[in-house]
Amino acid sequence: MSRVIQFREAVAEAMSEEMRRDENIYLMGEEVAEYNGAYKASKGMLDEFGPKRVIDTPIAELGFAGVGVGSAMNGLRPIIEFMTFNFSLVAIDQIINNAAKMYQMSGGQFNIPITFRGPTASAGQLGATHSQAFENWYANTPGLKVVVPSTPYDVKGLLKSAIRDDDPVLVMESEQMYGDKGEVPEEEYTLEIGKANIRREGKDVTIVSFGKIIKEALKAAEELEKEDISCEVIDLRTVRPIDYDTIIQSVKKTNRMVFLEEAWPLGSIATEVSFVVQREAFDFLDAPIRRLTTTDTPMAYAPTLVDAFLPNAKQVIDAVKGVMYIS
Amino acid sequence: MPKKKITKSVYLKWYEDMLFWRKFEDKAAALYIQQKIRGFLHLYNGQEAVLAGSLLAMEKGDKMITAYRNHVQPIGMGVDPKKIMAELMGKVTGTSEGNGGSMHMFSKEHHFYGGHGIVGGQIPLGAGLAFADKYAGRKNVTLCYMGDGAVRQGSFHETMNLAMLWNLPVVFVIENNGYAMGTSVARTANHTDIWKLGLGYEMPCAPVDGMDPVKVYDAMYEAIDRARNEGGPTLLEVRTYRYKGHSMSDAQHYRTKDEVAEYQKKDPITIVLDVIKDKKYASKKEIEEIDDRVKELVNECVEFGEESDFPDASNIYAHVYKQEDYPFIKNH
Repeated sequence: MSRVIQFREAVAEAMSEEMRRDENIYLMGEEVAEYNGAYKASKGMLDEFGPKRVIDTPIAELGFAGVGVGSAMNGLRPIIEFMTFNFSLVAIDQIINNAAKMYQMSGGQFNIPITFRGPTASAGQLGATHSQAFENWYANTPGLKVVVPSTPYDVKGLLKSAIRDDDPVLVMESEQMYGDKGEVPEEEYTLEIGKANIRREGKDVTIVSFGKIIKEALKAAEELEKEDISCEVIDLRTVRPIDYDTIIQSVKKTNRMVFLEEAWPLGSIATEVSFVVQREAFDFLDAPIRRLTTTDTPMAYAPTLVDAFLPNAKQVIDAVKGVMYIS
Repeated sequence: MPKKKITKSVYLKWYEDMLFWRKFEDKAAALYIQQKIRGFLHLYNGQEAVLAGSLLAMEKGDKMITAYRNHVQPIGMGVDPKKIMAELMGKVTGTSEGNGGSMHMFSKEHHFYGGHGIVGGQIPLGAGLAFADKYAGRKNVTLCYMGDGAVRQGSFHETMNLAMLWNLPVVFVIENNGYAMGTSVARTANHTDIWKLGLGYEMPCAPVDGMDPVKVYDAMYEAIDRARNEGGPTLLEVRTYRYKGHSMSDAQHYRTKDEVAEYQKKDPITIVLDVIKDKKYASKKEIEEIDDRVKELVNECVEFGEESDFPDASNIYAHVYKQEDYPFIKNH
């Protein structure tokens, strides 16, 4: 049986179910307890689990991220919430140098079963410091896994897998998705980290994307359908590791690829995937791959500048027609 | 646990342990010059009393974490020194199978949690270890060490606050050896009494003479006892001195030879040996036997390290993820 719930409810359900299963799991972050989460993604959890396991912190991301990693070295399985991953930059030493490297540096003695989660990327007119997507930064680092769900169903299944994972996992959500509604089964389920999902099957062009910006790809595919252009939309779901096989199989079928990503272009996930596709499916490509990212600038405040910064469905439509040589 | 008496056997153990640590580090320095140990190498010479006094105050299950001057602490915690020497040489028989090197020693079995290369990065980890013990209801205490340089990092201040806020069973030990690499304490802040940083957090705090293991034990005993009995964290500024440079590549232009010689007059090993001689805890012959044992053990460590193999190149993938079939990207 399935019912429609909000993304934020799916997040809270995933965490609560896992915390009921395992006493060693706790949630820590700014406003997660008494405020019920800055975006209400931990609503009701303080009431159920109490202040020992749902823990408000001062504004000290470096400090509490490090406490999380240290506690994971000593038997616990923390969920550390960043109010946004924009604020994870002051904690990045703990993520990159400690969480990601401890297992190797200790010769396999200390794995770090920690989940860092919170919203990523832009969320309206918040200016440059609150509008950054670091999925590709974190995905660059061996030792981490990076999950970027785009639906309530996906976040519940992937977050549960992240919490159960014995390696450090970042689950990157969006302020603008917490209110999204979607079907989520009543029954327990998990989704495998590292597996992409074909959101829409098609035969003419492969559009690859992840996270909230994939909505623009789905909108574009809808529009293009009216012109008899059939798009296959692949949701990566995970950007470390990346499910290259699903992409390559799709490109071998469509022979064309467009990548849509909310991130700066240089060193983006799009760049990495494009490399692998040209290497693995060179003879199948009938057109150069197109990449749609944000502008190569910080995001700015004014609405016109936000629109200029973000890629959109119209650009996807143009790119799809571009790779099909339709003017 | 009641406070221990500093008996003959304690003095004799201190002497043998500290001498071994000193000679182990000296041998490491020699091997570094022979290029059998590579990378950075930070030696503990001069600071031995801090470790000796601490270990006496610890109980089974208590934890230790420190920065990158970390070769002899795991030995003190019970790790086979041969494995530490092998790790220094990058051998597969080392504590981290050659993955860690000089700055990254670990032993889960002996509760030594590293071995951390980023100044101050280990401080919140230490609080996290204590957090987990408290969460699980274990009565263990974590000793979290750092150098004087680390107290200028934000991680120190955030952790002081969190540890007090959550009343964590942790003792923060600043090993003030006078220099953050080549920058003296006086050149890093407008005050030099580092222990007073605890006052702003209302954390019990004090300076400690770090050249005398008895004084270190007294201070550590009180702090550990408080932490174990839910009295929360303590900040100790243990004043010590390192005889060697920051690392092997340090020409030490920032201090005089006279200054080093001045500290060597109150050498912790000499202090302990003087007590042994004064109180006739050991004869000249017995002391010589200790010296011989130490020399022998150091040689065994070197032999073990030299005879061990480097890890196979394929081991590069062995411990990056706990997941056994992680799909690494490989060049093609």
